[in-house]
Amino acid sequence: MSYEIAGETGTWELVIGLEVHAQVVSEAKLFSGARATYGGEPNSQVSLVDAAFPGMLPVINMRCVAQAVRTGLGLEAQVNLVSRFDRKNYFYADLPAGYQISQFAHPIVGAGKIEIELGDGSRREIGVTRLHLEQDAGKSLHDQNPTRSYIDLNRAGVALMEIVSEPDMRSPEEAGAYLRKLRTILRYLGTCDGNMEEGSLRADVNVSVRRAGEAFRTRCEIKNVNSIRYVMQAVEAEARRQVSIWEGGGTVDQETRLFDPQRGQTRPLRTKEDAHDYRYFPDPDLLPLVLEEDWVEALKADLPELPDAKRVRFVSEYGISHYDAGVLVADQATADFYEMVAGGRDGRLAANWVLGDFFAALNRTGRTIADSPVTAAALGGLLDLVADGTINGRIAKDVFEAMVDTGEGAAAVVEARGLRQVVDTGLIDAALEAVLATHADKLTEYRGGKEKLFGFFVGQVIKGMGGKGNPALVNDALRRRLAQ
Amino acid sequence: MMLTDLSLAGALRGLERREFSSRELTQAHLEAIEQLNPRLNAFITVTGEQALEAAEAADRTRAGGEAAALTGAPLGIKDLFCTEGVRTTAASRILQNFVPPYESTVTAQLKRDGAVVLGKTNLDEFAMGSSNMNSAYGPVENPWQRRGEVARRVPGGAAGGPPAAVAARLPRGATGTDTGGSIRQPASFCGIVGIKPTYGRCSRWGVVAFASSLDQAGPLARTVEDCAILLGSMAGFDPKDSTSVDRPVPDYRAACGCSVKGLRIGVPVEYRSPGMSAEIEALWRQGVDWLREAGCEIVDVSLPHTKYGLATYYIVAPAECSSNLARYDGVRFGERVEGETLDALYERSRAAGFGPEVRRRILIGTYVLSSGYYDAFYLRAQKVRSLILRDFSEAFQRVDALLTPTAPSAAFAQGEKMDDPVTMYLNDIFTVPASMAGIPGLSVPGGLDEAGLPLGLQLLGRPFDEESLFALGSVLEKAAGFTHLPAVRAGAAS
Repeated sequence: MSYEIAGETGTWELVIGLEVHAQVVSEAKLFSGARATYGGEPNSQVSLVDAAFPGMLPVINMRCVAQAVRTGLGLEAQVNLVSRFDRKNYFYADLPAGYQISQFAHPIVGAGKIEIELGDGSRREIGVTRLHLEQDAGKSLHDQNPTRSYIDLNRAGVALMEIVSEPDMRSPEEAGAYLRKLRTILRYLGTCDGNMEEGSLRADVNVSVRRAGEAFRTRCEIKNVNSIRYVMQAVEAEARRQVSIWEGGGTVDQETRLFDPQRGQTRPLRTKEDAHDYRYFPDPDLLPLVLEEDWVEALKADLPELPDAKRVRFVSEYGISHYDAGVLVADQATADFYEMVAGGRDGRLAANWVLGDFFAALNRTGRTIADSPVTAAALGGLLDLVADGTINGRIAKDVFEAMVDTGEGAAAVVEARGLRQVVDTGLIDAALEAVLATHADKLTEYRGGKEKLFGFFVGQVIKGMGGKGNPALVNDALRRRLAQ
Repeated sequence: MMLTDLSLAGALRGLERREFSSRELTQAHLEAIEQLNPRLNAFITVTGEQALEAAEAADRTRAGGEAAALTGAPLGIKDLFCTEGVRTTAASRILQNFVPPYESTVTAQLKRDGAVVLGKTNLDEFAMGSSNMNSAYGPVENPWQRRGEVARRVPGGAAGGPPAAVAARLPRGATGTDTGGSIRQPASFCGIVGIKPTYGRCSRWGVVAFASSLDQAGPLARTVEDCAILLGSMAGFDPKDSTSVDRPVPDYRAACGCSVKGLRIGVPVEYRSPGMSAEIEALWRQGVDWLREAGCEIVDVSLPHTKYGLATYYIVAPAECSSNLARYDGVRFGERVEGETLDALYERSRAAGFGPEVRRRILIGTYVLSSGYYDAFYLRAQKVRSLILRDFSEAFQRVDALLTPTAPSAAFAQGEKMDDPVTMYLNDIFTVPASMAGIPGLSVPGGLDEAGLPLGLQLLGRPFDEESLFALGSVLEKAAGFTHLPAVRAGAAS
């Protein structure tokens, strides 16, 4: 069912488009050799080019270009072999040159698409209009001194990809799903770390509302929203604000707004009248960016497997459900971990373990895959002990918990704690007789036709053996005994 | 003969033969500067101490039996080239205390080849002007005067300092930059040689930018050969300048004096403007004859879009300058004039830091780039620009070089043409088209007008064919036999 806002006068549809700024993973900045890493003492990663000293000139960092092209390929987008850099002119204290080098008229990547999946399992394709490269600005710090602003230029000149979507999204959930999927793709490609808290992924959210079937109405842009949750909240808050304006007989003005998460509201930043005239023109310091087709093809050949393809492969290769595969591929580290566990083993069993006990253990211990106490190899080792009958599935859970606590391997835990399952039929028979003796009444019921009690007996026997009884052997022995 | 009378080639020869030391040569130039600069104002900053140190180092190098192309030669550097540890002002108040922590590629190459830098020469603020009346450090006087007159004349612009200094024999040669004619027009006004090489031939790295798609460094000197020597050191690929072109630097000096027999020389009919003075026209005809006598074939050519050159230039150059000069905002460079808001700080600092001509061009440039006007001005200008380039490309299918006058007049008096910027802009009418097309242009003194002021002839060539220009320029230089001397010069009684 489509998402709608119920107003006083009827229902409203949402129209949402996102402009995502993704900081490119690279050693150096887009046009200078200065380091592009996050952190560092203020103004410690600034070259003369970044600080716009007289006579300094930009030189394109082809590593950043390659990252943009790889991202474009990952979005199944058109890569433009000829693109151009323009200057976007405006004055601000953290923009030393007085202009930002961006791509306005001729972006490096054209139209592409992203498929999103919603909570009900339905899927939608969201259009990507374009992707272009541009420089980030520096950072103004207004809270260090009551009367002065401080400027940190470490970020000035760092490469950003601006990824613009079509106005294809119709609900906060879709906006969230789009952003999540885009972030997953960027992380798979290694072109952006997707860290929204550090600001390496930020979204400008364009929202308008309309009656079903209408043309677009005026939109507002909510700047720099820095978490997926806030994006979803901002969309909803802004849509409700616009609905109440329209329904009150007013008109929504095109303006730039900010989202205040504390109040759950958007507030105006600047109106259309205050909008900058950026005076875009081609940057005369840079030649058009011309890419060789072979170079692009080589990048394409080197692309990693992306989440959609991996998901399809997981389903066919490991026999797991489409849903489980989706959860596993949402994060590359999880997908890699899963493959290491599942390789050469029972794929479904591996999925159950990774998605079940393993994730639960991570949650409980507050760890991530990177610093997990149980490695993929160790978890695989545990599954091997189950497969070769050394332990049964029930004991495996206890062994796993011990592995989480101690960091030891499965075999070591099994040996140290004597958890090897019992295959001695003599011992099984003895335990079995003890159970039947204790539960004579149940035996009578069973014989009277209550065959469900078979499982009860199996459980009691294994329990009586400290959990170590081999379930298959116990089953066999019990079946034989009860058939007598 | 005085040391300051020598050409650059002559000075290098003397150094080579140990007839004098670089220290002696440099000392002589510093003394001449001390004597004449208070009047000419050709230098903004004189770096005497560093010059003498560099001269002594050059002498040691020569004593060690090693010498590069310019070892020990004293030069002037336009104050638009950033020089490490030496104040670089661009003749603007806004950069009056700016000491770059880096050296421009062009000056670094000159120093690599042993040049001795005497100081930083004056120019119109940020190289904007045709008279050198727009410097925050005062106007430059042209060493030439009309016969029987004492009125001071302009050296041309934007860089009046380098040619005035070279003409007065203060350095052996100087660096300039040419955006719309700033090497060629002042060379013509001051009776010396100047070449704007092909766009991309010399690195722009470390040169304070005026209009990035037009700015190109080049040398000014008293002879064609001297310019060839200097360009040989200045030119070359620089990975730090994305618009610099990666191709080998030929032996320009060897091109001087090469035969020009059989070269086809185009005479563009559109340069014969209706208001052209008879003297200029006569000189032009004379230049044609000289080349014909040297064995060149003369061909009339048409460059139909020439008439739009100036208008186009005065859209493109201000547009780029309005953006390039945004960085001078009082936050990091220049005098900051505080304001209650950041915008007020910008407005006050820039109003105080920039002179009227720079402000005018920033306003024009901002206007032509604004939304609603961009298509009508900037975009159309770029289209016309490509038509101008096409004119030249088509002409160069038929001819090897073009000959035109350099400027529509001889040097005018200080204060003249100041009330009407458009009249001032007309000075660049013959030089601007080559700048728009990025092709090389050489100005050679051809003779004097009836009042005794020098007039230049301009040779335009194919992209990266500076060699033909040097060969043809040598022919003109020889035929003109230009031995006239300016009134104000080192060694002359003043």
